[in-house]
Amino acid sequence: MSTVEERVKKIVCEQLGVKESEVQNTSSFVEDLGADSLDTVELVMALEEEFETEIPDEEAEKLATVQDAIDYIVAHT
Amino acid sequence: MALEGKVALVTGASRGIGRAIAKSLAMQGATVIGTATTEEGASTISHYFAKWGLPGDGIVMNVNDAQAVEDGIKQITSAHGAPQILVNNAGITRDNLMLRMKDSEWDEVIGTNLTSVYRTTKAVLKGMTKARWGRIVSISSVVADMGNAGQANYAAAKAGMEGLTRSLAREIASRGITVNCVAPGFIDTDMTRKLDDAQRDAMLKGIPAQRLGEPEEIADVVAFLASPAAGYITGETIHVNGGMYMG
Repeated sequence: MSTVEERVKKIVCEQLGVKESEVQNTSSFVEDLGADSLDTVELVMALEEEFETEIPDEEAEKLATVQDAIDYIVAHT
Repeated sequence: MALEGKVALVTGASRGIGRAIAKSLAMQGATVIGTATTEEGASTISHYFAKWGLPGDGIVMNVNDAQAVEDGIKQITSAHGAPQILVNNAGITRDNLMLRMKDSEWDEVIGTNLTSVYRTTKAVLKGMTKARWGRIVSISSVVADMGNAGQANYAAAKAGMEGLTRSLAREIASRGITVNCVAPGFIDTDMTRKLDDAQRDAMLKGIPAQRLGEPEEIADVVAFLASPAAGYITGETIHVNGGMYMG
């Protein structure tokens, strides 16, 4: 079984069309990985599906980096 | 066939333009789910698909009820797959002069003709985004652009629908989803049969084609917009009115 970190990074790669080597824990979706606002909404949708959880809009807005997403998933699943 | 393997949702499909749209999409190979507000309407839809020998079914879904829309889309998705074509066709009129218009007449028309478009579209958008393909076609009216005495509520709802269409088209075009309107003029349906002879004659004088349109003439344009051939058309309102209004 992959770790949360691996699974989050895999989804980030798929959704944003970036290479695994480009994705660091500190990477910002918008500034480093080139996501636009619609990309970030889709990314949250994909995370919700992968981890079978619902991320409220006000929480989703705070997820700016890969580490933010990992921390949220670890704390809420 | 152009729409083979696609699931299409057509609201307000028991009669008139919605019924013709349901048929034309099914003839192109789509599995069409038509909605009605009553059990009777839903079974009318199921029966005509059986009669035509085309893939489709009717369900009860009141587009003015948020929970019903959510449940309806879930039901369709688990039975047939996520809709990749949505036709927002359900609509009502509650005509009255502005000075006499009741709040209930305003609210019902805005709810059924405009808020429903927001709700139903939002409910299918996730599936289309994931599929990276989608077609949203909303049935507006020539009245949205021309205005019509006695229809301030209806014209406002339809003009709102066109504005929503242009905004959403910009948001979602990069995901292979097109969002358009078809604006019928004077079409021979129950809605226009309510008019008396004098009103009809006055209307016909303003139509260069000198006849009413047929529901099929709207349905053909919707089927084109839903097809892969129309992939580069988005945010557009196509007028189908025999020359009654030319922009």
